[in-house]
Amino acid sequence: MADQKFETPKFRELRENPQIQEGAMAHSQPFIAKAEHNEPLGFPGELVENWEEKAVEKLGELLEKNKALRVYLDSCVKCGACTDKCHYFLGTGDPKNMPVARQDLLRSVYRRHFTTAGKLFPKLVGAKEMDKEMLDDWYKYFHQCSQCRRCAVFCPYGIDTAEISMAARDIMDHIGVGTKYSNEILAKVHVIGNNLGLPGPALVNTMEGLEEDVEEETGIPVKYPVDVEGADVLLITPSADFFAEPHVDGLIGYGKVFHQAGINWTVSSYASEAANFAMFIGSYEQMHKVSNRIRKAALDLGVKRIIFGECGHAWRVAYSFLNTFAGPWDFLDPKYPTPQHILEVTHELIQNGGIKLDASANDDKVLTFHDSCNVARATRMGNMEGGQFIIPREVIKASVNKFVDMDPQTTCEKTFCCGGGGGLLTDDLMELRVKGALPRMEALNDVIKNHGVTHMAAICAICKSQFTKVMPYYGFDMDMVVSVHQLVSEAIQMGAKETV
Amino acid sequence: MSALTIIYAVLFYFATAILIIGVATKVKSYATTPSPLKIPVMPAPMTRTGVVFRMFREVAFFESLFKSNRWIWILAILFHAGLLLALVRHIRYFIDPTWGWVVFIQPFGIYGGMAMVAGLLGLWARRFLVERVRYISGPSDHLMLALLVLIGATGLAMKFVARTDIIQVKVFFLGLLRFDLQPLPADAPLLIHLGAVATLMIVFPFSKLLHVPGVFFSPSRTQIDDAREKRHLAPWAAHMDADREA
Repeated sequence: MADQKFETPKFRELRENPQIQEGAMAHSQPFIAKAEHNEPLGFPGELVENWEEKAVEKLGELLEKNKALRVYLDSCVKCGACTDKCHYFLGTGDPKNMPVARQDLLRSVYRRHFTTAGKLFPKLVGAKEMDKEMLDDWYKYFHQCSQCRRCAVFCPYGIDTAEISMAARDIMDHIGVGTKYSNEILAKVHVIGNNLGLPGPALVNTMEGLEEDVEEETGIPVKYPVDVEGADVLLITPSADFFAEPHVDGLIGYGKVFHQAGINWTVSSYASEAANFAMFIGSYEQMHKVSNRIRKAALDLGVKRIIFGECGHAWRVAYSFLNTFAGPWDFLDPKYPTPQHILEVTHELIQNGGIKLDASANDDKVLTFHDSCNVARATRMGNMEGGQFIIPREVIKASVNKFVDMDPQTTCEKTFCCGGGGGLLTDDLMELRVKGALPRMEALNDVIKNHGVTHMAAICAICKSQFTKVMPYYGFDMDMVVSVHQLVSEAIQMGAKETV
Repeated sequence: MSALTIIYAVLFYFATAILIIGVATKVKSYATTPSPLKIPVMPAPMTRTGVVFRMFREVAFFESLFKSNRWIWILAILFHAGLLLALVRHIRYFIDPTWGWVVFIQPFGIYGGMAMVAGLLGLWARRFLVERVRYISGPSDHLMLALLVLIGATGLAMKFVARTDIIQVKVFFLGLLRFDLQPLPADAPLLIHLGAVATLMIVFPFSKLLHVPGVFFSPSRTQIDDAREKRHLAPWAAHMDADREA
């Protein structure tokens, strides 16, 4: 946005930690949700009376419901292991972006109201009241966490700041302080079925357009079906795949893969969204509601399998939570895990010869791969530990001849968030997004300079949108970002299969 | 019986009760609070056995800390391993006759005590020297280190500076175990040492020392990666199944 003035951070020569700059991001906060965004979700329209008590009460309720919160709030020893792990700290130097300091915003209130030490000796143990100043800090700094879990990898107790941020956001929503970005989108999902508010007829139109484009390009009538009852596969994909670049090239790729493998599929106009923004706001009830749109769509359409498109936080909710929210899946084909990731499907088809790829189709590119944070640290693919790192790389390598990995301190379980995850992909947080992308941009810069990398593949709608937006700030071309299935789409051999 | 003996006897009964009841209450709350969702930090083991190995590496070798920061890791290992050796050395005060393996480890306990103090001083130094760690350190963090250093230093002082009648110390503690009070030597280093230990025991369930039981209940480490195979459902959320359409 034009009124946001800030400097894009410089690449650090030796990746040294930034100097602490207190308050460096104290001005950063997302637009606050209005009553019209909150009320459809059952949250109060605006800051309630006696919100201080209500917030503490909600915290108490969450402590009863969530073991992680209880253990994490008690266990931190302030060792400092996490202090240099958050991309937002590395990009801004604001000390409240150190994971432990972010956690302490909630921990201090927990100590004041739920621990003996905090009630008796608040100063000694850093216990603080829930007051206006605290709420302001919560709103600012719990919206500078992208729930990427990188800190949790390095914490000796596995304390996951994402859990604490989610709890804080849940508490804030319950006293009437939510973000416009997430809450407005969630309301759209409940009414229309997807984040973008793309209604059924428009979806059909879009998909028909894709069919025409692909037929024109390949001469083959690849189908992009909507609401087909009795299809075998229900594809759940982020709505950005329906028209944003480079997302849509990935969707084109899924269609080609299904076509060549002879898989009969459909998307649903009722559940036309993979991303579950309720995770961002930490609301179990909302996550449950949104997830069960998928269950209903699967039942209504009578499908046998559910496959998810490329989306990071969506894959977390799908892989780790969907069985909890929307299972059991006893009405689906037990031969397949539910849900499956499109990359698992494509990978298996490559291995068993169900599809053929000609990697030379991508010889104009040198690829690297950005592990999406939530795929890397909150999910799996395939049937082996770490499959979420192996499978995307194998699919890329089958589609492209030239592939280079980035610095191992920035990939796989140690990957950095793109800077726009966790409900922060909004223009009102542009400065944060640009600065938070710093560690990834540095690692990308290395492989561009040293290995001539031309493109970076991603498997998350947020990563793709975030990178296309922030990369120009660092002097990179936004077209460098590609979907993995865009590469598959280029390389896949269409047409009749050779018979043996 | 001297007043001193009675004070210390009461202090240790009290401290032990607080430690046991306090930690048991906390452990019970950790164990019984449900996890609503599957949140293992991936890649995570796909079997229970795998999780046991993961936790063993975490607790015995501080695997994640090793990945994170070599300095903290070295100092933390020095402190914790040293403390463990020193604690083992102290078993002799509670068992008669002392077990053979404790006798064997006895001399290493001293090195343990030294390592412990060295590790603690290193960790403390970080709280002043590293800007980020200085920012996150509060009064209780410094006090906890001071208390532990005091325990280690007075312990070492009784070995190297002003020896105490350890035979009589053993008689005192065996007496406590049998509810038969025996006199405690009135030596300053010993009294400071024991006072600090009792303080630590009392503070334990109310402080960050809860990381000791906490680490065993951290869902991000203890959960098995099997979300697609097994439906995980918290009791408080089970009723929501009935509310959904279809």
